[in-house]
Amino acid sequence: MSAVATRTLLSVRDLHVYLGQSHVLQGVSFDVPEGGVTALLGRNGVGKTTTLRAILGLVDRRGSVTLGDEELTALQTHRIVRRSVGYVPEDRDVFAGLTVAENLRLAERDQEPRYDLVYDIFPELERRARQRAGTLSGGQQQMVAIARALLNDNRVLLVDEPTKGLAPALVSEVARVLERLAELATVLLVEQNLGVVRHLARDAIVLDQGRVVHMGDAHELLAQPELVRRLLSVGAA
Amino acid sequence: MSTFVLLTITGLGLGAMYFLIASGLSLIYGLMGVLNFAHGAFITVGSYGTWWTSEHVFGGVHSTLLRFLLSALLGLAFGGIFAALVELVLIRPLYARHIEQVLVTVGLQLAFVALVTGIWGPDAKTFVVPVWLHATTDVGGAHIPNDRWIEIAAAAAVLALLQLFLRKTRYGLIIRAGVENRAMVQALGIDVRKAFTLVFAIGGIAAAIAGVLSGVYFNVVAPDQGTSLLIFAFIVVVIGGLGSIGGSALAAVVVGLTQQYTNYYGSAGVGDMIVVLLLALVLLARPRGFAGAVTGARA
Repeated sequence: MSAVATRTLLSVRDLHVYLGQSHVLQGVSFDVPEGGVTALLGRNGVGKTTTLRAILGLVDRRGSVTLGDEELTALQTHRIVRRSVGYVPEDRDVFAGLTVAENLRLAERDQEPRYDLVYDIFPELERRARQRAGTLSGGQQQMVAIARALLNDNRVLLVDEPTKGLAPALVSEVARVLERLAELATVLLVEQNLGVVRHLARDAIVLDQGRVVHMGDAHELLAQPELVRRLLSVGAA
Repeated sequence: MSTFVLLTITGLGLGAMYFLIASGLSLIYGLMGVLNFAHGAFITVGSYGTWWTSEHVFGGVHSTLLRFLLSALLGLAFGGIFAALVELVLIRPLYARHIEQVLVTVGLQLAFVALVTGIWGPDAKTFVVPVWLHATTDVGGAHIPNDRWIEIAAAAAVLALLQLFLRKTRYGLIIRAGVENRAMVQALGIDVRKAFTLVFAIGGIAAAIAGVLSGVYFNVVAPDQGTSLLIFAFIVVVIGGLGSIGGSALAAVVVGLTQQYTNYYGSAGVGDMIVVLLLALVLLARPRGFAGAVTGARA
């Protein structure tokens, strides 16, 4: 799918998810190449977040998810994550009643969690270590959510709408952090901000009504305003 | 004045037992979203385990105090093990199937009372306890039965230990986080099911303590003793806020005192009705109870 030939790290095949009566994912298949950022795009409600949650086993699903050569589908969520899969959820999902330090301590998976890296990127979190996460601003909560993933050495990071609801200045900061994340791990990024996608992503996968409708080079996609309008119902940013 | 002091200490003793039962119920619901109607069986395991071992294992121990303590320790161990087994065998296969969980736990509670009645008969059993527990201490002119102090001290110790466990240990951290958002705990690579079993075991031990102390409080143990205590413990959990240990402690004190005062200053039985009225008022004014989490348990 990319112009640069790379090895596939994460492979999704014929993924189906039902939420109640709704057939949300209807046979989604795609590959995520090793290294860099692959963007998962689509209008609201087409199944992007459900795809990430299905990869992690957070929703019941049918189909196949492989990481490298290992089949993940039969594994429980915590075992999938321990295969070095990091997750930055939509809406942050920090533990509001826990302090910043406790949120990070809970996320420790490796023998030597990378606090130096976390505090180098987010020095504010060290200063606010004893503050309850529920009292942080949206941007600060996003820092905690990303920091939890940064603490451990991940092969792939599933990042869900990290700029959602943030002020423009913070969007640029989060984009810079994501760029740094992409140097450390392969990133599958769900993102509505096409400026961020253009800046970060090498490849793009577009979902519509629970199906993959486009795969290819992200820049080539974003260079075609008509295609972007048709697939995403927005003007190219 | 002496009557008021007696009612207050007795109300606190009753509240202490409610708290011991409610603390486990509250943690189990907060973390797992399970309404455990079988919690009364854990109380019965504690009380009957203590009574049975006192009669058949430690009957030859000369010291009544030592006999009681050894029997109670085994009773607590039985409560914890039984609760953990209930989680592993009956609850775990039914996660996220709330109707089935309610049916299974209600069924277990009813079946367990029937089983205990079938084995040891419907008659209440006398509890052998140190004489000191049934003696009284004068406070402000009131003769306070000594067992009330033990009940209050036991509940205070359990409250302190639970807070210490929840604040200072990794499993405590996992449980506090799990009460807010169970799915996110799993998404951090944590096997939250181990915390489920642990919470059930802790709840089972706390309920077993209540079982032992109810045997002391009422002088006897009976097959359906756990069921009647469970009803008020559920009220305490809802008033305190599902998932909040501190809220349960406060609600247990309020419910215990309210029952005692209104049963005496009103008439016998009014206390139970007032407690239900209190539940309705709290639910109207604060639907999440005194200290209920805003998020609650999530799948």
